[in-house]
Amino acid sequence: MESLVYIALFAPLLGSLIAAAFGTTPKTLFTGIVTSSLLAVSMFASMILLAMAVSGAYIHVELMEWIGAGDLYIPFGFVVDEVSATMMVVVTIVSTMVHIYSIGYMEHDIGFNRFFSYLSAFVFSMLVLVMSDNFAGLFIGWEGVGLCSWLLVGFWYHKKDVTRDVNPSISPSWAANEAFIMNRIADLGMLIGLFLIYWFTGSLQYSEVFAAIGDVDMTIVYWIGIFLFIGAMGKSAQFPLHTWLADAMEGPTPVSALIHAATMVTAGVYLVIRANPIYDVVPDVGYFIACLGAFVAMFAATMALVNRDMKRIIAYSTLSQLGYMFVAAGLGAYWIALFHLATHAFFKALLFLGAGNVMHAMDDELDIKKMGALYRVMKPTAIFMILASVALAGIYPFAGFFSKDKILEVAFNEQTYILWFVLWVTAGLTAFYSFRLIMYVFFGKDRHTEWGAHPHEMPNFVLWAMSPLALLAVIAGWFEGWFHGYATNLLPDYAFSDATHHMVAMLIAVTTAVALGGIIYAIVRYRGNGPKKPTNVNSPVYKLLINQYYIPVIYENVVTKPYAKLSSMAWSIDMKVVDATVDFIANSIYGAGSTARGLQTGNLSKMLRLMAAGVAALLVAAVVYGTLR
Amino acid sequence: MVTLNDYLILSAILFSIGLIGVLRRKNLLLLFFATEIMLNAVNVAFAAISKFYGDLSGQMFAFFIIAIAASEVAVGLGLLIVWYKKKGTLDLDSLATMKG
Repeated sequence: MESLVYIALFAPLLGSLIAAAFGTTPKTLFTGIVTSSLLAVSMFASMILLAMAVSGAYIHVELMEWIGAGDLYIPFGFVVDEVSATMMVVVTIVSTMVHIYSIGYMEHDIGFNRFFSYLSAFVFSMLVLVMSDNFAGLFIGWEGVGLCSWLLVGFWYHKKDVTRDVNPSISPSWAANEAFIMNRIADLGMLIGLFLIYWFTGSLQYSEVFAAIGDVDMTIVYWIGIFLFIGAMGKSAQFPLHTWLADAMEGPTPVSALIHAATMVTAGVYLVIRANPIYDVVPDVGYFIACLGAFVAMFAATMALVNRDMKRIIAYSTLSQLGYMFVAAGLGAYWIALFHLATHAFFKALLFLGAGNVMHAMDDELDIKKMGALYRVMKPTAIFMILASVALAGIYPFAGFFSKDKILEVAFNEQTYILWFVLWVTAGLTAFYSFRLIMYVFFGKDRHTEWGAHPHEMPNFVLWAMSPLALLAVIAGWFEGWFHGYATNLLPDYAFSDATHHMVAMLIAVTTAVALGGIIYAIVRYRGNGPKKPTNVNSPVYKLLINQYYIPVIYENVVTKPYAKLSSMAWSIDMKVVDATVDFIANSIYGAGSTARGLQTGNLSKMLRLMAAGVAALLVAAVVYGTLR
Repeated sequence: MVTLNDYLILSAILFSIGLIGVLRRKNLLLLFFATEIMLNAVNVAFAAISKFYGDLSGQMFAFFIIAIAASEVAVGLGLLIVWYKKKGTLDLDSLATMKG
């Protein structure tokens, strides 16, 4: 029992350490195999734990005391309950597949061993995050995944910075730093939230905090909810801290699949789900989360409409789907948010891995307008990506349908019709841009031969690694009824009103119609030689969208540059005041030394004379002092 | 009648002579003589004060000083001989290796 928890948790760490031992040497295949098989071990352990959680057996272990000072007691404790078991299984399945996939994808990379070390370290941190039984442990995992994300986004750190016109992400190291700094801003919010929790409930253990939260002053709970959500906003890349996610696509594609689609970015949603007793007390904050989520869903989808960079399109769709999850979580339908989190992890990881195959075939070209007609050479990849896109669009009976439709129903049920409408429109947009990508990449006119690409399919084992995800992208939704019963053992159930029950068929029909409409429009528009009436690339709307609403530029001009100016000002103050003071002290001592050097003539009789003078002076002083007293 | 004051004046005069010798002399050997004079000036003062208070510790101290002065001279003269063999002079100004 307990040992299973430790196996699930520490197998990835062991793999990471083994790979790290060979981190600086050239590629050795066995690091990939060792880390992958250790992750598989972790995956099976997680599955057994899930089975236990299903049968209702909670496992709560305390590895050791971490901080014990006065009233503060924080252990390294881990809990396996409905929520964390689900997260563990999702995380380990996706990461095992991504590890195996990476053996093929990173085949020719010089940093092969380093890559696997980072990737397994990420999985370990993520497991700490989801399994911890207290907020402090969660925060450790939270920072750990942030660090691994930084390492992996900047994996190709040797690439030079370029201007925004050439590559909106500037360079991998720039993107990595951006992601890290954005998350620091959010983490400050989260830390304040944690301090407030400790201050007012006297504990950081989930169970104790949630038991005590009812007695805490409402205003304080508001602030706790808001500050925790600020932390979630950074990790889950919600507006206005969203810019890093699209730029993080500079990392290797398996990283995008694992970290920036399936697992790490959902940590924010996990936090809100985990802290559900807090958000239940303050529904207003929840409503705000839902509104922001809906806004981001739409906002990201519009940016995906025009983008030409394959990975960025998928990144925006991740952003958009995270918005959906926050709507569900914010409106109190926690189990639905968790369900969408799980299904989304499967199909979005699959989509990214498919994109990785295409990149591999296209010599790392990302512009979808330079591809086309790849279906002929890359049939399995094409089928996988179409499956994932259909699931993302939410077509029956694929995974996305069940979870996404439930979120729309929740928005309808809460009578927040504006949210429902926004999500409904976004569902159409999602279907459209997903199939725009599919059409541009796999169908239509061959546009890659002219610039000399030689597309080829990936090795078979890579495709096999993707197939479990493909299977899950299809069937994960069928477990909805079962998952509902299971997750609501821990999470509060969400009750639909009778009115909504009557409307469900209608809602499903309307949503499916808009999704199908989006798909069909994309197919019709982009088949054959492409659109008859090409998009006007000079229209203001297009410019606005392709430049990401000019937000990166605004950030640069409003935040980064003034901050740089402030920093250089502070630097000159430092140089002219602080440094000058210290230098003055040093210089005066130095000067005194060189003046006094004259005394040291080495002439004994001179020194003796000085000594005698000193004795005389002291004698006089002693006499004077004696008489005065 | 010879009083304590007379002894102390003698001691002070002797000490001053020694001090002036230390300050003015350039020959290392004579410097030693001067220090001996100073030490013995102190001995005189010790003996006199000891007698004045009827306490023997002052006189005992004077004996210690004599012993230490003797050993100091023994070591010092040894060094001087080595120095003279090396440099051929005992002039104080030749001892300037510590000049900063």
